[in-house]
Amino acid sequence: MAIAIRKFDAVIVGAGGAGMRAALQLAEAGFKVAVVSKVFPTRSHTVAAQGGIGAALGNMGEDSWLWHMYDTIKGSDYLGDQDAIEFMCRMAPQVVLELEHFGMPFDRNDNGTVYQRPFGGHSQNFGERPVQRSCCAADRTGHAMLHTLYQRNVRANTHFFVEWMALDLVRDAAGHVLGVTALEMETGEIYLMQARATLFATGGAGRIFAASTNAFINTGDGLGMAARAGIPLEDMEFWQFHPTGVAGAGVLITEGVRGEGGYLLNRNGERFMERYAPTMKDLASRDVVSRAMATEIKEGRGCGPEADHVLLKLDHLGVEVVEKRLPGIREIARKFANVDPVKQPIPVVPTAHYQMGGIPTNYHGEVVAPRSGNPEAVVPGFYAAGECACASVHGANRLGTNSLTDLLVFGKASGERMAQFLRENPEHRDLPSDAADRTLMRLDRLESQRNGESVHQVGADMRRTMQAHCGVFRFPDLLVEGVRKILEIAERAQRTEIKDHSKVFNTARTEALELDNLIEVARATMISAEARKESRGAHDREDFAKRDDENWLKHTLWFKDDDRLEYKPVHLKPLTAATFEPKVRTY
Amino acid sequence: MSEVDRIRWHCRRGLLELDIVLARFLDRHLDDLDRIEREAFKSLLMHSDNDLWDMISGRAEPPPEGVEAGVLELLRNV
Ligand SMILES: Cc1cc2nc3c(=O)[nH]c(=O)nc-3n(C[C@H](O)[C@H](O)[C@H](O)COP(=O)(O)OP(=O)(O)OC[C@H]3O[C@@H](n4cnc5c(N)ncnc54)[C@H](O)[C@@H]3O)c2cc1C
Repeated sequence: MAIAIRKFDAVIVGAGGAGMRAALQLAEAGFKVAVVSKVFPTRSHTVAAQGGIGAALGNMGEDSWLWHMYDTIKGSDYLGDQDAIEFMCRMAPQVVLELEHFGMPFDRNDNGTVYQRPFGGHSQNFGERPVQRSCCAADRTGHAMLHTLYQRNVRANTHFFVEWMALDLVRDAAGHVLGVTALEMETGEIYLMQARATLFATGGAGRIFAASTNAFINTGDGLGMAARAGIPLEDMEFWQFHPTGVAGAGVLITEGVRGEGGYLLNRNGERFMERYAPTMKDLASRDVVSRAMATEIKEGRGCGPEADHVLLKLDHLGVEVVEKRLPGIREIARKFANVDPVKQPIPVVPTAHYQMGGIPTNYHGEVVAPRSGNPEAVVPGFYAAGECACASVHGANRLGTNSLTDLLVFGKASGERMAQFLRENPEHRDLPSDAADRTLMRLDRLESQRNGESVHQVGADMRRTMQAHCGVFRFPDLLVEGVRKILEIAERAQRTEIKDHSKVFNTARTEALELDNLIEVARATMISAEARKESRGAHDREDFAKRDDENWLKHTLWFKDDDRLEYKPVHLKPLTAATFEPKVRTY
Repeated sequence: MSEVDRIRWHCRRGLLELDIVLARFLDRHLDDLDRIEREAFKSLLMHSDNDLWDMISGRAEPPPEGVEAGVLELLRNV
């Protein structure tokens, strides 16, 4: 079947912070850039970010990129690549100031400089005392960033393809990336978006878990497309969780609730944190609280008919305290948990928040994969940035505010690198005759499937399995069984069936195609997690409680083919600074 | 039918809170809206995510008027 071809210098999939920052770099350099997005750009998930952008501007007191670098490496539990981290921390002040010049309405100090907020994990002088490093625009940092970048891109003549869904990566026999296939939702037509350079900036895949703070569109499409095209996924076992998301909904309940005296209960009405952390109790650190919650649930002391959550009690605080010190909590509990927290406890569960792993790249945003003995050979024409990429600056655990920094720094860096590549490669390579086959076969299979599986049911089973077997605290027996279960679910995902075959805005079809991507991410996560026999950063195992640098100071690479795993070394050598040697991590 | 499908996709947002509330609204109310109310819903969906969420959670000043206010009331209570 012949499909229509649209030709560009560069195609960027994703219009969040990372995609739009990269697009801007290219469009302002005069290239013809297409940005494809499932939703209107300013509705990308970046809009949810409130905390701010980390950059050592030093506006609130002394600061340096080297201290930011130290905090990031320590936060990453030494799995982060130190060259990429140095690059990010050195570039951060510059990209923040550029964003300011683009018109970003940052909060300001009296002297006109950008105001910076305190945020956990950021310090002066290598952990000595806290530093204010987070640049924000009230509680709408992500929103302001998207609007600023969108305006600027419109001015630079970036071509936006809004409500278009990229389906598959197009590669030729030599492995060069030549663009993507994409579905125009409004017409149901399939196009081949041909490009000399292609960037994925598709965001995270938090929707593989039953409990997730991520919006519904965060289905890991970039990761699924890369995996199907033979590109490995790196460090997928590392997911950051937040201890208290509303059970069944995912919406966050601020840690302030426990700060004000709220506490957690199991099904016996026991205040179980007293057993796990006798001194700090419910105010222990995030990981300690999450681990205790997961243990209670695993041992059958969870609440509700499925015994799958615990309760956060705050009715003893009184209406006044709740209304005054915890604004918005009553509203959120009523809306998303159907309880009034001044009378009843809120059902909560550790909730997936951020994906540290992703498509492997170097610090130029070039996608790298093993080839003839080189673990990091560049895949020509292919780039990735933002949450879908693994540079790896977050290692085993991301430091708060470093994701927005990552979007700006690596969005820009990949845009620059792509521009250079475009100058060196002025001609489009020939499209292979089977360029769109993978996509057309996938669509064909979906349209003709009879007596198949329900997308909704397979998706729900996947999310439940990931949550129960590969959650915030991991148990060996559950992981082994989880691998078996997820492979079974992946089989079922190949037989999904849709009842609605209409062309225009067919959400059922979109969701089936999204599930194809989610399931690859789920497999990668479960299999990588089962194999890593240590605890590091966000990967926390009951049977191997300690970090094991001797055997596991290395990155995981998962290949879709046979679910094969390989490992590659961590870059311990920074660009100019001295190596930060792995140390025990205490705060 | 295609208009309804378009509205459904426009309920996919960047904020999880909106995803959930809008999905409920679609289930419970979309079929019962008359043409004018449906237009009002569509224009509410045009707001940016944070503005729409502020309206739904009652923090926005000033609140919308007319038919939009009625649809918003439904959204607040789903
Ligand atoms: C509640 C919350 C608060 C947060 N707060 C902070 C914070 O304060 N500071 C911080 O640093 N980080 C924060 N984070 C993390 C941060 O917001 C995200 O990691 C970051 O915004 C991801 O940006 P992105 O550009 O990679 O992707 P996104 O913003 O998720 O954008 C992805 C884009 O890809 C498009 N897309 C996806 N698949 C396809 C496809 N198949 N075809 C076409 N287009 C596609 C989407 O339409 C979208 O435009 C927060 C996260 C959450 C959930």
